[in-house]
Amino acid sequence: MADDKDVVVEFLNSKAGTKSKFYFNDFTALFPDKGPRDVKKVLTKLVNEEILEFWSSGSTTMYGLKGAGKQSHAEGES
Amino acid sequence: MTKHATPLLDQLESGPWPSFVSDIKQEAASRAENPKGLDYQIPVDCPDDLLGVLELSYTEKETHWKHGGIVGVFGYGGGVIGRYCDQPEKFPGVAHFHTVRVAQPSGKYYNTKFLRDLCDIWDLRGSGITNMHGSTGDIVLLGTQTPQLEEVFYELTHNMNVDLGGSGSNLRTPEACLGQSRCEYACYNTQDMCYQLTMDYQDELHRPAFPYKFKFKFDGCPNGCVSAMARSDFAVVGTWKDDIKIDQEKVKAYAGGAIKPNAGAHSGRDWGRFDLQKEVVDRCPSHCMKWDGAKLSIKTADCVRCMHCINTMPQALRIGDERGASILVGAKAPVVDGAQMGSLLVPFVRCEHPYDEVKEVIEKIWDWWMEEGKNRERVGETMKRLSFQKLLEVTDTPASACHVKEPRSNPYIFFKEEEVPGGWSRDLAAYRNRHQR
Repeated sequence: MADDKDVVVEFLNSKAGTKSKFYFNDFTALFPDKGPRDVKKVLTKLVNEEILEFWSSGSTTMYGLKGAGKQSHAEGES
Repeated sequence: MTKHATPLLDQLESGPWPSFVSDIKQEAASRAENPKGLDYQIPVDCPDDLLGVLELSYTEKETHWKHGGIVGVFGYGGGVIGRYCDQPEKFPGVAHFHTVRVAQPSGKYYNTKFLRDLCDIWDLRGSGITNMHGSTGDIVLLGTQTPQLEEVFYELTHNMNVDLGGSGSNLRTPEACLGQSRCEYACYNTQDMCYQLTMDYQDELHRPAFPYKFKFKFDGCPNGCVSAMARSDFAVVGTWKDDIKIDQEKVKAYAGGAIKPNAGAHSGRDWGRFDLQKEVVDRCPSHCMKWDGAKLSIKTADCVRCMHCINTMPQALRIGDERGASILVGAKAPVVDGAQMGSLLVPFVRCEHPYDEVKEVIEKIWDWWMEEGKNRERVGETMKRLSFQKLLEVTDTPASACHVKEPRSNPYIFFKEEEVPGGWSRDLAAYRNRHQR
């Protein structure tokens, strides 16, 4: 699991200059030998450890590194 | 006196129906007066600013809401939808105005304490404005700010024993009609199935991993009080296998005018004498009924369970005894593709606790859709793109005539060689013996 988490974090860091939010399918592509449910377990662990966070439009949800991209304080929230 | 002039919204109040504008004005006045002396946790004038920004949108004919954001409660990928106003200086009360979705009780049964407690939380920590209910069925609490989210979540879960609903690429809040609790047409316990599946699929409800939204709805009969086959990706609609039960004496009573049709629902006007032939038999979509003036008969094999005859003469006709449900898949509103009704996948499934037969179908669909679905593609669109036959294959459902929507133009089913006795190969010499060139 630790290695899998590193794969996700390295992938997100490698994209840091261009994108901050990713679809779930972007992560399944990183683990061709794993099914979506196993990939979900890796992502859930990272969310629970506060390394990743969710972004939601209301209809679609994406994952990103915590603190990356536009945060609520940038919208003027405390 | 309202904070903003709203002539366009005011006009909406002049119609014959209850107006949401009047409701919001009432809430604005109540917050300004603050009769309970609450220490409001978000701006007191947010309902005024909500009216103001809406009036601006009506004037300019464009929205001033920004969609989405990093808002939510810890560990949950759904239940909260970020909403920001793009005119925060003009309308500071709604600069941050997030929506919270709360799972509604099954069948939408409330007691007054629950509703009062919910309003108390929302008066203090939100705008006081609710939407009962959103189109997926959940309780929608409109407008709060990020620091209030965990507080609201704590109070809902710890004090009211209710959870957040679904949003985003999640299983959405499942919804059921009131089923056997009040309705004699219900063919299975919709509330129990809804509750059981909600509990069993907590991970799918709160931690998003689907290509897009996924909705369950449970209708007890084909009357469809929660519109499952029109509005849910996975619709469970009650049905029965055997004959509609007929009480011939009661049929005669309806025909003779002793019992009012439709349980008296059309009594507000004189529609003339009830004509059983014209109003029931001739309206049967599959023409499976006959009335000879003394006896009503129904050819069950041709009945499509439209419910019209049962609805019209509920004392004379009743649903059969061999009850269960049909499963339809793929209904949706237009986004990527156009609107779709559900397609029949499983004609009949028994609905007995703990609903393993239904769950088996659901999980096979999810496994396939999670692998094959494109981003923002509903299962109905995946089904259309990769064929209904593929869905039959992944759910291990044998193809049958009831899966064919339109023979010739859209047969759906193409047999594979291994499914046909003898396969594709044939003895050409034997064929030529029977057919000359």
